[in-house]
Amino acid sequence: MINQRLLIAALQNGLPLVSHPYEEIAKQINSTEEEVIKHIAKMQEQGDIKRMGIVVRHRKLGYTANAMVVWDIPESEVDRLGECFGQFDFVTLSYKRPRSLPDWPYNLFCMIHGQDRDDVMNNLQLMVNSCEVNHIKHSVLFSKRCFKQRGAIYIQDSEIKETA
Amino acid sequence: MSLDSVHSHENKSQGNHQAGLKEIQQMLNRFQHNLPLSPTPYADMALELGMQEKQLLALLQELKSSQVISRVGAVFKANRVGASTLAAMAVPKDRLIEIADIISAYPAVNHNYEREHHFNLWFVVTSENKDKLNETLKDMEKRTGIVILSLPMEKDYHIDLGFPLQLIEGGKKND
Repeated sequence: MINQRLLIAALQNGLPLVSHPYEEIAKQINSTEEEVIKHIAKMQEQGDIKRMGIVVRHRKLGYTANAMVVWDIPESEVDRLGECFGQFDFVTLSYKRPRSLPDWPYNLFCMIHGQDRDDVMNNLQLMVNSCEVNHIKHSVLFSKRCFKQRGAIYIQDSEIKETA
Repeated sequence: MSLDSVHSHENKSQGNHQAGLKEIQQMLNRFQHNLPLSPTPYADMALELGMQEKQLLALLQELKSSQVISRVGAVFKANRVGASTLAAMAVPKDRLIEIADIISAYPAVNHNYEREHHFNLWFVVTSENKDKLNETLKDMEKRTGIVILSLPMEKDYHIDLGFPLQLIEGGKKND
């Protein structure tokens, strides 16, 4: 059996850019290429892995504007509207999160990307019209400086060395 | 639009049959999801894109070095593998860079952005489990003296297939 913890640790920095990347991963975690591929497929099936593919940096590709749009939506409506927002291809996240009253009244978050601010606002208007949420209180938080962006590290390298 | 690294690749490629902007766009739009789970995924991708495996690997390496792509691989679902939260702070303007640097220095932080709001610093904290995550959040509050709003994901409505890119622009057309 494969050690899932070690597999995640080996995968979190991306696949090596070599002919047989899964074999390379297998070597790092004392497994086999076949086991690694099988286990990744299983994690995809179970939804632990959302996708396998190229992870782009939007800013570097000219999509320099992004806004986190947050909504205060009645509990009975939140699933329907979350799904409605999530279907647009310029939306990269549509998450329900808890409110934190009194400071934070919003419970649905979506991330809208665009090539500039107007592009983002046009996209937002499209969503508002299409999902019929004109009446719902929301706030638009454009991003300004990016201080850090990279893939998530779930397990620290120092710990991998200890357990491997 | 800042596609310098992509364009410089294009310039370098003149005279041989390496990929231009159009091929890069095609590759990115096709393979942000459904990366082949075969022993030789890059060879399979190359075949579909009409390239050589060696060429594709060199291109991916170059796009990675120039930080156009961050990696090729898995995007894990939040809170299925490990624990994570979206955290926010209301930082006084004159302390923003100082505080942002403290937060960015944590290996547990992957995204850290300034946003236009009273809560002006937003970052994602990821850990192996909830206890370690809470420990980190407490440590951050202690070190900065600023209260954290922690908003962990409760439900995900978005099916992630990557983001459709339109890289071709006026004057930069490759075709």
